[in-house]
Amino acid sequence: MLRNTTKILSLYTQNTLRKQCLHTTIRTSNAAAKAKLIEKKGLPNWSNEDRFTTDMKIIESTAPLKAYRVMDHTGQILDKAHEPQMSKEEALYCYKKMVQLHVIDGILYEAQRQGRISFYMTHYGEEAMIGSAAALENDDVVFGQYREAFMLLYRGFTMDEMMNQCFSNDMDYGKGRQMPIHYGSKKLNFQTISSPLGTQIPQATGAAYALKLSNSRACTICFFGEGAASEGDFHAGLNMAATLKCPVIFMCRNNGYAISTPSSEQYKGDGIASRGIGYGIDTIRVDGNDIWAVYNATKAAREIAIEENKPVLIEAMTYRIGHHSTSDDSTKYRDRNEVEERAQFDNPVTRFRRYLEHKQWWNQDEEDQWRKEVRSSLMKSFNAAEKRKKPDLNQMFSDVYDELTPNLVAQKQELQELIKKYPEYYSTKDYASSS
Amino acid sequence: QKRGYAATTTQPNDGIQQGVAYSHLLKRGPEDALRNPELAHISAVNGETTKMNLFQAVNDAMSIALATDENSVVFGEDVSFGGVFRATTGLAEKFGKDRVFNTPLTEQGIAGFAIGMAAVGHTAIAEIQFADYIFPAFDQLVNEAAKYRYRSGNQFNVGGLTVRAPCSAVGHGGHYHSQSPEAFFAHCPGLKIVSPRSPIQAKGLLLASIRDRNPVIFFEPKNLYRAAVEEVPVADYELPLGKAEILKKGKDVTIVGYGAQMYTLENAIQLAEKKMPGLSCELIDLRTIMPWDVDTVVESVNKTGRLVIAHEAPKSSGMGAEISSTIMERCFLRLEAPIQRVCGWDTPFPLIFEKFYMPSMIRCFDAIKTSVNY
Repeated sequence: MLRNTTKILSLYTQNTLRKQCLHTTIRTSNAAAKAKLIEKKGLPNWSNEDRFTTDMKIIESTAPLKAYRVMDHTGQILDKAHEPQMSKEEALYCYKKMVQLHVIDGILYEAQRQGRISFYMTHYGEEAMIGSAAALENDDVVFGQYREAFMLLYRGFTMDEMMNQCFSNDMDYGKGRQMPIHYGSKKLNFQTISSPLGTQIPQATGAAYALKLSNSRACTICFFGEGAASEGDFHAGLNMAATLKCPVIFMCRNNGYAISTPSSEQYKGDGIASRGIGYGIDTIRVDGNDIWAVYNATKAAREIAIEENKPVLIEAMTYRIGHHSTSDDSTKYRDRNEVEERAQFDNPVTRFRRYLEHKQWWNQDEEDQWRKEVRSSLMKSFNAAEKRKKPDLNQMFSDVYDELTPNLVAQKQELQELIKKYPEYYSTKDYASSS
Repeated sequence: QKRGYAATTTQPNDGIQQGVAYSHLLKRGPEDALRNPELAHISAVNGETTKMNLFQAVNDAMSIALATDENSVVFGEDVSFGGVFRATTGLAEKFGKDRVFNTPLTEQGIAGFAIGMAAVGHTAIAEIQFADYIFPAFDQLVNEAAKYRYRSGNQFNVGGLTVRAPCSAVGHGGHYHSQSPEAFFAHCPGLKIVSPRSPIQAKGLLLASIRDRNPVIFFEPKNLYRAAVEEVPVADYELPLGKAEILKKGKDVTIVGYGAQMYTLENAIQLAEKKMPGLSCELIDLRTIMPWDVDTVVESVNKTGRLVIAHEAPKSSGMGAEISSTIMERCFLRLEAPIQRVCGWDTPFPLIFEKFYMPSMIRCFDAIKTSVNY
């Protein structure tokens, strides 16, 4: 009995083994075919056909991207095909706004030095960025960093509105809550500026997504410097714009300095443009001191963003001629000669002016006249804004939420009592009276 | 069924059936659910209820939000397939992939993106996968979302922003799957912080948070996702923000908590009232952590003269400190005993020591006893 079982068992075992061997043979040849099929199908995280190479090449950085320009540094058009078909009126509007900003910068910088306003930031060297404003529509939402007042001026922000914010008076749209130059304008679609750098980048992405969802046929434009592009928010914002297909134009003002940090200490790669490519974003580098290059690129970017619902990165190469802000003295970290050279050789205002003069659309008299006009109306706004009272004290407690919460009601009451109790410590004569 | 690594105990101590499963705070019958005065208005219109756990209630709230607000979207990591806690199950299929979608793995991006959407008037319901991972978004939430309306002089706002995150202990979560970070955000003017204790509360409070015209962070105690089950009204309803709820009236001591702690407090009160016959405790669920309902707690402490606050978050500078200070200011002469705080110790949330770390039933009981015997 045992022997039979053993025989049966051994037969079974032999059969099983034979079957297994047969299976193994079939599996081996099937395996090869299957492997080929799987390889062809690919993985979700691997896109291309020819995925493998036997050539071990550790890639060194690639050649830098060239910057697109339309004019040379004297304002001469290099390729007629790229000259924007702008009317004299439109072109002069751009130029006059450029000059207006330049003049405002001069006066407000001095005002800070004289202690009349607490803080200011100039745009010297970056005035050609106004070309981006000309390329957009009023519905396009702007998320700025802090050196983009040209956008507001182009869209019609008045000098009164600017001065009111800088003086934190009762007409300031921001109700005196933030430092000077932290402008915002709902009617001009310019989101209020905040000091933290780069935070606007993923916000611009989200806003663009919302615009896409509502079929608004508008885009967002997001400005930031090459320094802010080191922030994590840059990575987050661009990656999300690419993956979620958002109609946002990322405009990087690479002006060579983040306060005192030169770009050689800010990044090692090929500027900011090379990163866009890494995110799968359409990218172009432009001569940021050439208003026509900025204009053309922005116009093209807007079309891509809106028609194809995808982000575009524009890196505008420019140079910060002025100090970072009134709290900065750039002579401490850079050579005066370097600045003067840039100001003379590659000045965006002069370049554009020469272009206009070539076309006989502008002359010295008109320049003098315009500067005089700007100064005079600016000083009127300046003086009026300076004289105005500050916002009433209730504005300290409103807008934290849509309505005052109980703790704020109680604290507002507490302050009112303190003011009554110690009037010599709490003079309210400079503040508008609460109704 | 019992998992060896789980921190929670199920054996009754001192005759108290501990835990969510035995809680009387949950409304397990439809009449129970609708008896709530805050829900009186819906029982007239549509009194239908259905059995839901907390993640289903959250899901229902989002479904209603998406259905009633065409500008609303839901997004975050892994929300498309339903989410790691199933809170977003079925939403992508029902409302479309452009309204319910995955984002890349970036909390700062999720928060910034949400702010951007809300800034142009949309309703952004963002999920942070675990409250422990909300910190990369801290800058966006504190420096941007909280200040958006104020700094713009009310030209702009992100009232349409709601951030949801699972929080609190789960029995085996350790440092990074158990945190209760509400105090970090409660310290930031401009944000609202809300935390529900049950499915009915979660649905109503979440809908209110989404529709509130301020940025709200909604912390969902993850341990309650499956454990808390109630008959939840199917109607579209909201519960008020900024209003605490008195769950049990009493005259001797006021007990304040929020989220999952309510069940521990319920048990502690049962034990206390058993061990000290005649004792009557008043139990209050804050629901909204910021701005918290000072008046309700003041009124209660003016009645009882004693206060015990409990929360899982570490003791130092936690919400207990804020509540304690405020009540001391408002009820100084009425207090019969020092205000007791029963909180997590001032350590990172420890895995193997969870049972000793948590403000457990016996610790809360001990605080009640100390307060009452002072």
